[in-house]
Amino acid sequence: MREQILKAIELNGKRTVEDLALMLGNPESEIAAEISEMEKERIICGYHTLINWDKTGVEKVTALIEVKVTPQRGQGFDKIAERIYNFKEVKAVYLMSGGFDLTVIIEGATMKEVALFVAQKLAPLESVLSTATHFVLKKYKDFGVVLDEPVKDERMAVTP
Amino acid sequence: MMEDKLSRVAQGIPPSGIRKFFDIVTEMKDAISLGVGEPDFDTPWHIREEGIYSLEKGKTYYTSNSGLIELREEVCNYLDRRFDLKYNYKEEILITVGGSEGIDVALRALLNPGDEVLVPEPSFVCYKPMTTLAGGVPVPVPLQAKNEFRLTAEEIEAHVTDKTKAIILAFPSNPTGAIMDKGNLEAIAEVIRKHDLVVISDEIYAELTYGVKHVSIASLPGMRERTIIISGFSKAYAMTGWRIGYAVGPKAVIDLMTKIHQFAIMSVPTTSQYAALEAARNGDKDIQEMCGAYNQRRRFMVDSFRKMGLDCFEPLGAFYVFPSIQKTRMTSEEFATKLLFEQKVAVVPGTAFGECGEGFIRCSYAYSIENLKIAVERMGAFVKKHTP
Repeated sequence: MREQILKAIELNGKRTVEDLALMLGNPESEIAAEISEMEKERIICGYHTLINWDKTGVEKVTALIEVKVTPQRGQGFDKIAERIYNFKEVKAVYLMSGGFDLTVIIEGATMKEVALFVAQKLAPLESVLSTATHFVLKKYKDFGVVLDEPVKDERMAVTP
Repeated sequence: MMEDKLSRVAQGIPPSGIRKFFDIVTEMKDAISLGVGEPDFDTPWHIREEGIYSLEKGKTYYTSNSGLIELREEVCNYLDRRFDLKYNYKEEILITVGGSEGIDVALRALLNPGDEVLVPEPSFVCYKPMTTLAGGVPVPVPLQAKNEFRLTAEEIEAHVTDKTKAIILAFPSNPTGAIMDKGNLEAIAEVIRKHDLVVISDEIYAELTYGVKHVSIASLPGMRERTIIISGFSKAYAMTGWRIGYAVGPKAVIDLMTKIHQFAIMSVPTTSQYAALEAARNGDKDIQEMCGAYNQRRRFMVDSFRKMGLDCFEPLGAFYVFPSIQKTRMTSEEFATKLLFEQKVAVVPGTAFGECGEGFIRCSYAYSIENLKIAVERMGAFVKKHTP
């Protein structure tokens, strides 16, 4: 049942327990209990809203930074990852395979702000060997959702 | 001048009961429709992309009349993998323009003037007209709500004559959502063998069953040699507009169907065949995903109708719910028309699928849950107002 609940709310965090109970065919009490259990276990880590900021007046810049680091003895990459992800500007940190070690995604109000963060906070960290900053120019699709106008139902209204 | 030159047979066929509704709904701007008989999903991208690629590669010529050999082979593999049906791709399959063409050529290949065809109703709208056009005589077999619209051996017995040649079996059913499980099929198979009937089994919704796996009547003993299975890509892979389906059956009838198809159609659009090839090869996961989504909506709809106080048996297939509206004391058509004008929700009156559909409406759940919620809210208000 967990997997079914997660699938049903993955793209719509607003689904009510009542709707989920109907859709999945389980009692509301069971669904509610399962959800709160998953929240406690940090399987469900939050209910966010996917916003297309480009359509608002708010200025936002996103950058993807490739970071090469020296892993620390006994702690691997985790310690340095923690040093980085605790900055509130950092939206995501992933450990990568391949040509660099960490992907760091940063959001700032302006390009300058992001550049300063990299220069003043990220690059000087002792374990950081190098950084390469890539600015996002346009988001087409995020979290599995195409950030464009919703598609109209073009099917004929009544068909046999 | 042209009026008196027309075919009396074609003119004699009553117009589709859906047409009138279609015109009104199209005029109405903010109407919510539950009247659509096709998936709301787009064709999965990897399938569409394969169609595009075939065009880029210049695959714009005719294919063999029977269809691309790779596609025939892949469809036979698919039928074996999913339903344990074994057909020889070299001589027991024909690729058709949707399931519709399959039904048409099957009837034309089978019927001699005056042959009777049993058509269990309520059913999809094409069986009776196609039978008439093929020179046959359609004999409606009314199904019962108390049997959850499954077909019984007694119902066949009651309508069989010495002229009966074939029976149409269309389960999972549009419009009722009814299915026939293995036990139900075994019961009718006996009568079908006894009267030596041919079965045209329209299994276009075979992939859309909930909690029960679809069983084809052709998989029962002694039935393969008398069954033509009609199916296609429209419902399982959301490919309605591609117009591609297939028929499988014994060589003798497929040969004759291929002959008719060869003169009437030539071959199915090549782009659609390449897209279908990708679907049959790599589409099992898509089916599973879509089927899961339909199942959630199905539960939601059945529950909503029952909360409204409408009798509604649990449909186990396709994407339709067929609730009874008898307690409103309206006819199906009255109900559907009033609902459309008062609450701007379009449903299809049960009578569009045969006279015995009176007292029922067909509601499609090939819509998002959000959409369905608004529709059932409006319907709830309507039913409350009109229940004496």
